[in-house]
Amino acid sequence: MSDFLQHVINGLSAGTIYALVALGYTMVYGVLKLINFAHGDVMMMGTYVGYASALQFKQRGGFGMASVLAIFFLSMAACAAVGWLIERFAYRPLREKPKLTALITAIGISFAVSYGFQMDWGFLPGPNPRAFPEVIRRQPWLTLLDGEVTLWNWQVISFAVALGLMAGLQYLVFRTRFGRAMRAVSHDHRTAALLGIHTDRVIAVTFMLGSALAAGAGILFAIKDVKIEPLMGTQQGLKAFVAAVIGGIGNVPGAVVGAVLLGLVEEFVVGYTASSWRDAVAFGFLILVLLLRPEGLFGRVTAEKV
Amino acid sequence: MRSLLPALLAAASLLAGCEKKQPAQAPAAPATPELKAPAAPPPASDVILLGEVGSLTGAEATFGQSTHEGIQLALEQANAAGGVNGKKLEVRVYDDQGKPEEAANAAVRLINQDKVKLILGEVASTNSLAMADKAQAAKVPMVSPSSTNEAVTQKGDYIFRVCFIDPFQGYAMAKFARETLKLQNVAVLQDNKSAYSTGLTGVFQLRFAEMGGKVAGVESYSKGDTDFRAQLTALKKAKPDGIYIPGYYTDVGLIARQAQELGLKAVLLGGDGWESEKLFELGGSAVDGSYYTNHYSPDSPNPATQAFISAYKAKHNGKVPDSLAALAYDAANVAVAALRKSKSLEGPDIRDALAQTKDFDGAAGKLTLDEKRNATKPAVVLKVENGKAVFAASVSP
Repeated sequence: MSDFLQHVINGLSAGTIYALVALGYTMVYGVLKLINFAHGDVMMMGTYVGYASALQFKQRGGFGMASVLAIFFLSMAACAAVGWLIERFAYRPLREKPKLTALITAIGISFAVSYGFQMDWGFLPGPNPRAFPEVIRRQPWLTLLDGEVTLWNWQVISFAVALGLMAGLQYLVFRTRFGRAMRAVSHDHRTAALLGIHTDRVIAVTFMLGSALAAGAGILFAIKDVKIEPLMGTQQGLKAFVAAVIGGIGNVPGAVVGAVLLGLVEEFVVGYTASSWRDAVAFGFLILVLLLRPEGLFGRVTAEKV
Repeated sequence: MRSLLPALLAAASLLAGCEKKQPAQAPAAPATPELKAPAAPPPASDVILLGEVGSLTGAEATFGQSTHEGIQLALEQANAAGGVNGKKLEVRVYDDQGKPEEAANAAVRLINQDKVKLILGEVASTNSLAMADKAQAAKVPMVSPSSTNEAVTQKGDYIFRVCFIDPFQGYAMAKFARETLKLQNVAVLQDNKSAYSTGLTGVFQLRFAEMGGKVAGVESYSKGDTDFRAQLTALKKAKPDGIYIPGYYTDVGLIARQAQELGLKAVLLGGDGWESEKLFELGGSAVDGSYYTNHYSPDSPNPATQAFISAYKAKHNGKVPDSLAALAYDAANVAVAALRKSKSLEGPDIRDALAQTKDFDGAAGKLTLDEKRNATKPAVVLKVENGKAVFAASVSP
């Protein structure tokens, strides 16, 4: 019993991080119909910014509530800027080109960033892994079954943040003027432009939001798993992409549900069958979902525009 | 500006790489530009020239540099003691940048152009394997200081090594866990993408069971994973008193943290893949109290070890030598001893003299070369205490 409960906690905790990364994926896809494969690498960059600022705070004597928020803010702001740069100089010039061109560019950026960060010139960190400082002191939040199972404070914080962001994004998309503009651009960006929507600005802001989310996800990931390295974004990005597709790409609650499902599936495969089956079953689950519901669990079937 | 130099070097070595493709029998192109310098003059007749191939640059640059320092120290001492039958020893070293194809080229160049009597190198098994083909074909003896993969010396009867091979580490840890720590029930967490890790797992499982212990379960991860909680939770069910993790330091640090987080009270055990300062950074206090096998420990009471350490420290401003330097020092000394015993300076005679190496008192323990040209020697077990690895025991074969 205790191991079952522990597996549930582990799975939720892994799924939470997937969810935070998947939210950014799904948002950018929703507006631009572009799978931004560089998303995981933006997350990696955000984590390194968080790492650098955390080291500064550590030197000045420990972490308080304010410094933790500052770390999040700094890395989210830096990533928003990076997201803007990527969108402005890599994707916008390709806006009217075939979708495949932008997709290949995204893959190119992903590799350029993750391998570029493995060099150690100037500010680049080099290939060696580093340990992220303990910015939130790890404390048991709840112990169950005579101390056999522990729920940690950082697990609860991550989960709450993921749910909060999901609700916030849902509000943004369906209840605000900007959200209406986003949906219009998503539906048909040329018509949206004719109707007076500044489409380039809407897309740029969406990108910046998505990148900032990735930075937040990166720091929560580093709080959970401590080790950061330049290739960390690739693995998390791929899993988050799978999660977003399972949930129905472009759909905000779908991304979260898909991610939590994926986290739990992986956890139970490792826990109760052979651990080497994890990825095979995770991707098999993706194929199964796509066979039974090609639009994803929460996706909406859209009529092909002619 | 700092950034310009490596770029130039890379570009230059790319060019060199193109040259090489042409005629197969031409002497191999030099590995890096600075080695392109005028062909070295043939050694004077009162000098015995040895060759060395190592990763002096590249991601594993510290491996090659430590190795080179160990070899230099050994040769200086040998020359101070009169060299070999009145002849001085010199070493010519080529950089392979950690790449097997460069290592093979460097070996060819040492053999054909410099006509060395013996080759020392490499650290990484893949590079040693690439060199071994060349050395074996030319019948030039080769001594690897620290390649542990079994296949290296299987390349032929001219290839030797002064370190133990992978299976021995698994045995040494099984013996230590069973006899010294008195563990009953040990689980294994292996990296199933690494031949090193699965190899050690196989040996450990077999030997630990033979010694009357129980292997509580085997779980796998893949190199680069960061979340091991599922595997650890599954292992926790079996209530192990130890977990053997024959992986690399990058993963082991995190595994230790997560094991602690999940309330696992087992002692963690590992192999020489743990050896890195990064282990303590990534693992923090969670790796304290763990044990791992290694080739050498600077705390070992062995007099040969301590003599080596004080000589090395005197030469390098008090720096403590790592295990690669110690093994390289042993490799060079084994080579020198063989040259002194050899009937002539021809390859086959040197080979025969090397094969007779017995009870050699090395800096990394007393070693004998067996009929498979591998070293039979003790392993040390290190204990992690307060972010440092300290000598715990020595395990003999």
